[in-house]
Amino acid sequence: MQDNTLLQMRHIEKRFPGVLALNGVDFTLRKGEIHALMGENGAGKSTLIKVLTGVYQMDGGQITLDGKSITIHSPQDAQSQGISTVYQEITLCPNLTVAENMFIGREDGAWVRHKLYEKRADEILAKLGIPARSSQQLGDCSLAVQQMVAIARAVDQKCKVLILDEPTSSLDDKEVKMLFDLMRNLKSQGVGIIFVTHFLEQVYEVSDRITVLRNGELVGEYLTEQLPQVELVAKMIGKELDELSSLKEAPEGEEEEKEVFYEAKNLSSSDAMPFNFSIRKGEVNGFTGLLGSGRSECVRAIFGADKVTGGSTFIKGKQISVTRPIDAMKSGIGYLAEDRKRDGIIAELSVRENIILALQVMNGFFKPISRSESEAFADEYIKVLNIKTASKETPVGSLSGGNQQKVILARWLLTHPDYLILDEPTRGIDVGTKLEIQKLVLKLAEDGVSVTFISSEVEEMLRTCSRLIVMRDRHVVGELKGQDLNQEQVMKTIAGGEAQG
Amino acid sequence: MKKNTKSFFQGGLGQLTIPLIAIALLVLFNLIRDPGFFEIGITHNNDGNIVLAGNLISIINGASELAILAMGMTLVTAACGGQDISVGAAAAIAGSTFVKILKSAPEINGGIVVLAFLCACIVAMLFGAFNGTLVAVFKIQPMIATLILYTCGRSIAYWINGGATPTISSPIISALGSFIPGIPVPTPVLIVVCVTILFKLLFHFTSLEIFTQSVGINQSAARLNGINATFIKLLSFIILGVCVAIAGSIGVSRLGLINHETLLIDVEMDTILAVAIGGNSLGGGKFKISGSIIGAYVIQMLTTTLYAMKVSSTDVKAYKAIVIVLLVVIGSPVIKAKFGKLMEKVRGRMQESAAKGA
Amino acid sequence: MEKTKKIYNKFQSILLSVSQWIGSLTDTQLLMTITIFIFFAMYLVAMATLGGGFLHAQQVFDMLNDNASLIIVSCGLTIVMIGGGIDISVGAVTSLVVMSCVLYLNNGGSLVGSILLALGIGLAFGLVHGFLISYLEIQPFIVTLAGMFFARGMTTILSVNPQKAAHEGLAKLRDTKIVIPWLGYVAKNGNLVPARVEIGVVVALLCLIVVFILLRYLRLGRNFYAMGGNQQSALMLGINVKRTRFLSYLISGLLSGISGYVFMMHTGAGNATNAAGMEMNAIASSIIGGTLLTGGVGNVAGTFFGTMTLTTIKKIVVASGLNDPWWQSITTGGMLCFFILLQSVVLGKRAKKKAL
Repeated sequence: MQDNTLLQMRHIEKRFPGVLALNGVDFTLRKGEIHALMGENGAGKSTLIKVLTGVYQMDGGQITLDGKSITIHSPQDAQSQGISTVYQEITLCPNLTVAENMFIGREDGAWVRHKLYEKRADEILAKLGIPARSSQQLGDCSLAVQQMVAIARAVDQKCKVLILDEPTSSLDDKEVKMLFDLMRNLKSQGVGIIFVTHFLEQVYEVSDRITVLRNGELVGEYLTEQLPQVELVAKMIGKELDELSSLKEAPEGEEEEKEVFYEAKNLSSSDAMPFNFSIRKGEVNGFTGLLGSGRSECVRAIFGADKVTGGSTFIKGKQISVTRPIDAMKSGIGYLAEDRKRDGIIAELSVRENIILALQVMNGFFKPISRSESEAFADEYIKVLNIKTASKETPVGSLSGGNQQKVILARWLLTHPDYLILDEPTRGIDVGTKLEIQKLVLKLAEDGVSVTFISSEVEEMLRTCSRLIVMRDRHVVGELKGQDLNQEQVMKTIAGGEAQG
Repeated sequence: MKKNTKSFFQGGLGQLTIPLIAIALLVLFNLIRDPGFFEIGITHNNDGNIVLAGNLISIINGASELAILAMGMTLVTAACGGQDISVGAAAAIAGSTFVKILKSAPEINGGIVVLAFLCACIVAMLFGAFNGTLVAVFKIQPMIATLILYTCGRSIAYWINGGATPTISSPIISALGSFIPGIPVPTPVLIVVCVTILFKLLFHFTSLEIFTQSVGINQSAARLNGINATFIKLLSFIILGVCVAIAGSIGVSRLGLINHETLLIDVEMDTILAVAIGGNSLGGGKFKISGSIIGAYVIQMLTTTLYAMKVSSTDVKAYKAIVIVLLVVIGSPVIKAKFGKLMEKVRGRMQESAAKGA
Repeated sequence: MEKTKKIYNKFQSILLSVSQWIGSLTDTQLLMTITIFIFFAMYLVAMATLGGGFLHAQQVFDMLNDNASLIIVSCGLTIVMIGGGIDISVGAVTSLVVMSCVLYLNNGGSLVGSILLALGIGLAFGLVHGFLISYLEIQPFIVTLAGMFFARGMTTILSVNPQKAAHEGLAKLRDTKIVIPWLGYVAKNGNLVPARVEIGVVVALLCLIVVFILLRYLRLGRNFYAMGGNQQSALMLGINVKRTRFLSYLISGLLSGISGYVFMMHTGAGNATNAAGMEMNAIASSIIGGTLLTGGVGNVAGTFFGTMTLTTIKKIVVASGLNDPWWQSITTGGMLCFFILLQSVVLGKRAKKKAL
């Protein structure tokens, strides 16, 4: 066993301002093994990978490769030591050919020997069973093939450790199968593969061993065959913060009497399968399921953020048409997006401007909010939500994650929505702020606002929601309320049928 | 005290620091060179009006078209993250339209001038909309999209007037280009003031500013907040079109003729420079119109200073280039970072020695 | 009935194979193919309908003679644009080189010295541009705009008045023409007029070939593509992006120097208005030739045909009797608009197809 060890990471620590992202994590990879690294958002798996690939420098701990202690200064350094990474986003050049992408940046001499490279590339592609021609433009290949080319490049660089970071999120079933065949092929050649994913079935299909992280700490390392799926989910999601579970006081079932505020029938979008959904006035419900299960896509469809392709939507029984975000906003719907940096904040604008933005859009182009009015709004919400900022004119990009999130919450609260969708509002922020946001959600519901709440942490949802819609593989697989609304049941439904036995 | 200086450089003036320092340096340089450089005289012009004269007046007057164009260009830059290089050519078209309407009237009176200006505006806005459509709808980078009009704009201007360079002589036009009887300030300066006020009003009575910045900084987030990015981009080009029409009409009025080849020649480059010197990122996003206006006056003051030093009008460019390079090097992120590190070191040393002293 | 069906089937299979072939091309090859196709189509139509000069080979050589220096700077610009940058100083540097070399020769300089001077000026501009852009991270547009102002200003500082070169060696160079009798034509008076090609054209074609080889077969050339395609990826693939960017501007500067010398061999005189607007013509040539300003896509062979397309349009306008001076640039603008929209649509369609 000991001889077989390829890579060992011991007591890895990584600190970010205000957060301990990795707290003494151990990780061991053996030769010829596919090792799944699991954890929900903020568990620390991407930080661990970034430490290993030299994107981040660790603050403490030790890495040994092949028995030798190593330090990794940069991604290039990691590559030259035999640690290669293939990311979800392709880090190749789409405008070059497949062969060039495999050899550029590491060839000798001034000349590019296209013929030789293409021949060698074809050999490698054939050996690994990758369905691509070496003279093809990479951008013309499917994403799966592009990913495989990246893997082929890594393999040809004599990599010992291959990290696959969410490689399957944008692949279809057939492509995933192709990728797994390739992974097994490499495994038999003695390469150690770290497989980061959030698809449980895939983990069980291909991996030998599983390491679970949660909140920057190691939960444990398990043999895949000895860890039932439902236990894995439990380990990933955890059972902590129990002392807060008394947050919700409203008795179950009361919401039934209130009128339905919003309803979607067979709603589908470019990214979401058709689904039915409704929410009552003052109800808090939620979409749950693992990352990539389609929970975000559903709420994006409700808000008109993706191209709506079918179905009908109703507000208080009256049909409405939502094709663009502004339509949803005019109908009283607010949406806090999952990706705060990309879809939420306008980083260089001030806290004040970020807060009034949505209200401003709803007021219209010709009715700007006056300076004094906007300052009053900003002051009010900075106080109400306890936003920690130097001043209301500070660029929002310089705030901490939690405070940025509060600014966006303030933005939507200011529009006084009847229905507020919060997609991962507690992601990547500190525990105190998480709790504040949960309290706020319940208070909003008391005031008659309907809220849809999405979170990777099931306790949070159990504490706030009175009804949960469970999703797996882009389909609604269950709806839980009342008695069924407990952790065990949620996990069973998420993990799927076979785990119940 | 220390804290004050820090906030003065970092937060107090922000992006206006560099253009203001540039102006201060130029003023200082001129005062040392010739203490009387900025004297304002009062003279009678050819029409017998009492008018202001002097280098300062000619700087402020001469920068008028540039300042107006820079205001519009700032909006386009902020919304689209690129620049319109066809403003000079479009101004020639607008100017030609202006002259064409005036020429076709039997007699030039106030009404005709207004009509001519409105026509110039409409034409320039149409060309702006053309550029804007390429950028906003077809998603072509602004510089490439506007290269089309840059290539053929001046020829279109030539075509409008049938291959002639007609002159117009009318007291109204000369009043527009130089002085209105009884007012000692040059008319173009007054027009700049009006346009600035118009922009202020535009920002005050519409949400253009925050919408434009949102689109420029984070288009995806702007869209999810219900902003129509295509419309904002198109609008910025149409507003620039109005600025182009005003600048073109001023240019024509100054000379009393339209010359499609020389009217506002190379102004696009100066305009982009004015925006950049004003501390606005050419990559779009946050902007300050005031920065661009100051940028325009920096460029004009530099030009006038060089003229006063007997540098010929064609040679000015070489010196201008040196000053530009100096300005952008000071503003470069790498230099800023290096300078910041140096300051930290110095501060560390000072603290060390202070500790030793104690 | 049977026959039409057969023809129809055959037509369909040809269409299918054509579309398959198009699908197998890289973006660069596709855009270049479109340009070359349009160029030949245009030229053939001109030959058929306008006749006259278009029927003589000399027409093509005239176009080359007049545009040798434009071809050279376009090559440099194509390199910079493939790398994702822009250089708008090329025309001004050309003009400065012409003026400096003419003055140098008129003041007793030697031919070799003048060539070194031309290369030196070009390299100096490339060096400064490259340093400021890649190592100080200043926007290329502003840097090369300053370069353009500086070069134009220096040209007039050297001399506001046109300077005619009085150097004998240069005059010889200028008047030396390569004569190709078998491509000539018989004039009205019965004499054979052989085709004449200037030396500058040879230099231009040499530059074209060298740059083509650089971009296609040299590591550095492929690094330009990688950098323009995705800078972040290029970095991850182990390419020294800063040095690569620096070199792209250096080469562009060097080619501007060569272009200046060729320009001087063509006109034999320095003038402040030399090569006015050349930078925009060069950008237009590159764009028509299928180079994208976003970087990563382009080819000098395409650029060459881009230049030829632009020139042909102008010739066609003149030959079809549109003598008013504005028609040339209005049609050029229209052509540019057509190509830009075509590329946007073609690449958009391709991207959509890939996504499916």
